[in-house]
Amino acid sequence: MRFDSLIDSVGRTPLVGLPRLSPSADVRLWAKLEDRNPTGSVKDRPALWMIEQAEKDGLLSPGCTILEPTSGNTGISLAMSARLKGYNLICVMPENTSEERRQLLRMWGAQIISSPAAGGSNEAVRVAKRLAEEHPDWVMLYQYGNPANWRAHYESTGPEILEDLPTVTHFVAGLGTTGTLMGVGRFLRERVPGVRIVAAEPRYGELVYGLRNVDEGFVPELYDPEVLTTRFSVSSGDALRRTRELLATEGIFAGVSTGCALHAALGMARKAVQAGERADIVFIVADGGWKYLSTGAYEGTLDEAEDRLEGQLWA
Amino acid sequence: MAIEVRIPTILRSYTDGAKAVEGKGATLEELIGDLEARHPGLKDRLVEKGALRRFVNVYLNDEDVRFLGGLETPVADGDTVTVLPAVAGGAA
Repeated sequence: MRFDSLIDSVGRTPLVGLPRLSPSADVRLWAKLEDRNPTGSVKDRPALWMIEQAEKDGLLSPGCTILEPTSGNTGISLAMSARLKGYNLICVMPENTSEERRQLLRMWGAQIISSPAAGGSNEAVRVAKRLAEEHPDWVMLYQYGNPANWRAHYESTGPEILEDLPTVTHFVAGLGTTGTLMGVGRFLRERVPGVRIVAAEPRYGELVYGLRNVDEGFVPELYDPEVLTTRFSVSSGDALRRTRELLATEGIFAGVSTGCALHAALGMARKAVQAGERADIVFIVADGGWKYLSTGAYEGTLDEAEDRLEGQLWA
Repeated sequence: MAIEVRIPTILRSYTDGAKAVEGKGATLEELIGDLEARHPGLKDRLVEKGALRRFVNVYLNDEDVRFLGGLETPVADGDTVTVLPAVAGGAA
């Protein structure tokens, strides 16, 4: 495959079968390897679509400063595009995200503003919105509410999946900005009768969210519950266990959020087996495991790894 | 066998501090009724006017019961039910 530049190589990622993790010949699991994008994550798609939409809308011109709340991958994707297109980038990220992500962002030339760990990504969003008000000349692409985010998946990820696997019955992805689920979900619903769109949501320990968050739930503007068939909540322990299982049985070295999606995919697979239905279940490998090595997710016993992950954002 | 119900910290005052309790029933509603007999007050924190309270999420084997059938969701021995304070959003 040949491309004119790195930006042009976003997307067209492999869809690989998981013969050992699939419960039977009729109920099969498929991994969409989004870590094969230029900066190593699924976020290269929405980052590129959001930037190019802002350019079309006349909001961005060389020398402009982009501001974005991000726990890492979107920031890294934006930083790469910003560097190639001549923009400055400021990322607001929770102080408890991994050191690798910070180093990567700085490497590509982004500036980082930390938000308090206690509020997670929700707090990063609040801080970014406040900064945007104080600096009207900065352009906030705002992945949680920017339609170009879900359109990236409607126009690229969804069509790729359907082309590679016309028999797809389920699509499973992590629930963050909700862009992947909304975009792929809408695309598949228009073309595959009865397709199930399944969200996998990380369930963080109370150290991350704190009880006060009961009344402070943040729902991304892009979220439309009508697109989803169902929603799973996955504990750190289960996400870690599945991440390691994927590596041990199928050789795929993925980040912890992939274990979260795999856990939900296996839950749907179990239900298909019980119901005697055929299923082709696609889930998203959002990124590789490289950026999470320092969290200790892959070393020692599961319990030890889970303790080390306590209080950290892993998706 | 019974159904295991995991209780969040914020509601453990109703379960003598227990992180998980066991119950029985054919639906989530019956299960909550069964728990109420041994843990008075718990039901009122979960259910309001015949539906799950807005800021409470209940998961059957990690799947949100709001997408399954709410209080009518069938449950069976060996299932795990998890109660959590509702928090939307995530990281990206």
